[in-house]
Amino acid sequence: MDFLGSHSPEMLPGNRKLPEGIVEAPHGTTIVAATFPGGVVLAGDRRATMGNMIAQRDIEKVFPADEYSAVGIAGTAGLAVEMVKLFQLELEHFEKVEGATLSLEGKANRLSTMIRGNLGMAMQGLAVVPLFAGWDEGREKGRIFSYDVTGGRSEEHGFAATGSGSIFARGSMKKLYRPDLTEEEATTLVVQALYDAADDDSATGGPDLARRIFPIVTVITDEGFRRLTEDESSALARSVTEHRLEQPDGPRAALL
Amino acid sequence: MSTPFYVSPQQAMADRAEYARKGIARGRSLVVLQYADGIVFVGENPSRALHKFSEIYDRIGFAAAGKYNEYENLRIGGVRYADLRGYTYDRDDVTARGLANVYAQTLGTIFSSAAEKPYEVELVVAEVGATAAGDQIYRLPHDGSIVDEHGSVAVGGNAEQISTFLDQRHRDGMTLSEALKLAVQALSNQTNGADREIPADRLEVAVLDRTRSQQRKFKRIRGRQLERLLEPVVAAEAQADAVSNDEAPEESA
Repeated sequence: MDFLGSHSPEMLPGNRKLPEGIVEAPHGTTIVAATFPGGVVLAGDRRATMGNMIAQRDIEKVFPADEYSAVGIAGTAGLAVEMVKLFQLELEHFEKVEGATLSLEGKANRLSTMIRGNLGMAMQGLAVVPLFAGWDEGREKGRIFSYDVTGGRSEEHGFAATGSGSIFARGSMKKLYRPDLTEEEATTLVVQALYDAADDDSATGGPDLARRIFPIVTVITDEGFRRLTEDESSALARSVTEHRLEQPDGPRAALL
Repeated sequence: MSTPFYVSPQQAMADRAEYARKGIARGRSLVVLQYADGIVFVGENPSRALHKFSEIYDRIGFAAAGKYNEYENLRIGGVRYADLRGYTYDRDDVTARGLANVYAQTLGTIFSSAAEKPYEVELVVAEVGATAAGDQIYRLPHDGSIVDEHGSVAVGGNAEQISTFLDQRHRDGMTLSEALKLAVQALSNQTNGADREIPADRLEVAVLDRTRSQQRKFKRIRGRQLERLLEPVVAAEAQADAVSNDEAPEESA
């Protein structure tokens, strides 16, 4: 990135002249993550909105950053996708030049700097707020980092959500999360949370059975990044939807 | 002020070439071979920190013989070139041919400019294709020329001898294990006829494996996996040793 900065600075997001006035652009919405013993899951819905309109039904908002980490993005879609691309490039570049991968903390810090670089745009309503999850090889566990618009980074323990539907997703996970989830339970948990977010937030898309558009669910373990296949995620989304036909509000947590 | 002697351009170039060749010959040789599922890089390298082979991009690998600091510089330059290209356009737009051209320019400019000394390096840039027919291997000698190679290529110390050895024995569609054994055999083959055995922990091996599911096809092979791939050759060499031991007393007798 430093090289890019000196070689062709116009390609870096932070160095561009800010546009005047408010720009209306598609926004991505809800990203959720949860840890389980042995890894971490990161998932996102598929909707992008522009004001009241649905801009895209099948946008992809969860990307592998490298083999052991992934990033999910909420906020202005165009800028976010570019930021992820640059982030991926930087991790790969570091790995090739140095012959070693960055530590998970290092990657999280790097992302923090990139978000901070976007602050000018964020002030114009073009914010990018990602969620970063990865497998920490040193500590042998999955970890989640959340960010704010200014690049402030904080580690989340257990579960986290970002984007417009995050309030509802977080409430959902708060009641359903347990620290001893299996990988399968953790993937179900994030799909439940996305369902609840879509239930109450108009900007978050639920599973679309008619068009076969299902949330993107990714799992990162010590074996690396894996995205659930179309079949796996559709089976997951279908079973959640089926149970909701009987209990529209989802599984009940114990009262006391 | 001293008047410089006139040196003819031919002589100057010949001297520079000689200088570069000597520098390269000091380094240990390495070989790059095609095998059924990709391209394998094999070299003798006692150091585990300083690599002779490395990844440039998804399908492109880099191998170098000669002075470490010089080829390391070229390697980083190559990674930058590739990453910048891939970011600006698309990952598919980074090709070995383009990279080889950039390297050829750099090497050629330094070689023919009067001020600096030429690079004492010889490079190999290889790209693995979707099929064996799409594989590309380019050898870049110190003077900035590009040689398009097929099947096998050797660079470094006694490259000529090794490549003759490989040309005779290499065939298309070898398995990784076969190609690896052939490469080790070629490297241990000495001019004076006394073959020495290179232990697995002194070997640096990497592959560009087209069957790898990831986008990045470059992979280092080390430790147990390398030993496993070399195993039968150890047995075969032991046999060869036994045979030569049998013959030895007769010779001395």
